[in-house]
Amino acid sequence: MMMSLLPFFQWCEASALGNAIRTSPWAFAVIESIHLLGLAAIGGAVLVVDLRLLGLGLRRQSVRELAREAHPWLVGSLVVMLSTGAALFMSESIKCYYSTPFRVKMTSLLLALLFTFTVRRRVAMADATTVRPRWQRLVALISLALWFGVGASGRWIGFSG
Amino acid sequence: MSLSHLCEWLASTRGSIALHESLYMYPLVESVHVLTLCLFVGLAATLDLRLLGLTLRRVPMSEVAARLLPFMACGFAVMIATGSLLFYAIPVRSFHNVFFRLKMIMLVLAGVNAWVFHGGVYRRVFDWDLDPIAPKSARIGGALSLLLWAMIIVSGRMIAYNWFDCDKPQPAIIMWTAGCDAYPR
Repeated sequence: MMMSLLPFFQWCEASALGNAIRTSPWAFAVIESIHLLGLAAIGGAVLVVDLRLLGLGLRRQSVRELAREAHPWLVGSLVVMLSTGAALFMSESIKCYYSTPFRVKMTSLLLALLFTFTVRRRVAMADATTVRPRWQRLVALISLALWFGVGASGRWIGFSG
Repeated sequence: MSLSHLCEWLASTRGSIALHESLYMYPLVESVHVLTLCLFVGLAATLDLRLLGLTLRRVPMSEVAARLLPFMACGFAVMIATGSLLFYAIPVRSFHNVFFRLKMIMLVLAGVNAWVFHGGVYRRVFDWDLDPIAPKSARIGGALSLLLWAMIIVSGRMIAYNWFDCDKPQPAIIMWTAGCDAYPR
């Protein structure tokens, strides 16, 4: 199934955007820096809620209130992460195609997004009395594990190849 | 003994060489350093945004600070420890790197900013604890903190690029700011 994607990766690599970033001496570095700033922001937005689900951090506020406050920052930083990430990808798509860490990252990212906007969102927005603390903790741990997977494998793309 | 010589000596120690040449330890330490950004800068930014009235407006300021500070302290300790190890692995090049120097200056400024905030307007936090937007001096502290940490992240990332390294010809301004005259040849 992955084989059929190669032409798409080749098209990305040959695109005007990919070419422009690749030939510029500083574009990759600048986009990567913005990607990192987004990492710090998304880290805060995810952690504030996941810590609370674990019974840590801002314990006197309800999970729902924190989730509501964090939501615009989560979505905003995701937009920054996905757009800068896509630009970085366009500049080295062929390398990404053959990179195991890249495949791990995309898989974890897909799972993290699905989990965050379905299960985690429902649990966070639910009435506090209807979800047992044990389930809240499990949801937080899965969320943290998935996002950690995205970050760690993302960093590893740069180390391999 | 100059700082540059100290770095040369550091680079000759067994631990530094081992870390520099290790296949997995160096990337591992660097990954921990980068990912801890989420814990430390992510939560520090939450605090700064609360000061600016951009999030958690209904939560008392002192509560946000007290509840998040332990996690930020953990994150900061990990960042300093892993950052020191990264420097220990590549001391000479780092010391003569303009972005590394810029980062260290920004770190000191961020420290001074936090010290001024905690010794000043934060002492009277109970006067403005429930205000959705903090007083002006606290907002300035929050905005400065956001700006400084953003610059620390960007300059930290740029250390990896060799555009301004002393081992190739550089304009006078870089020679001076990177201290290239003391760079071992």
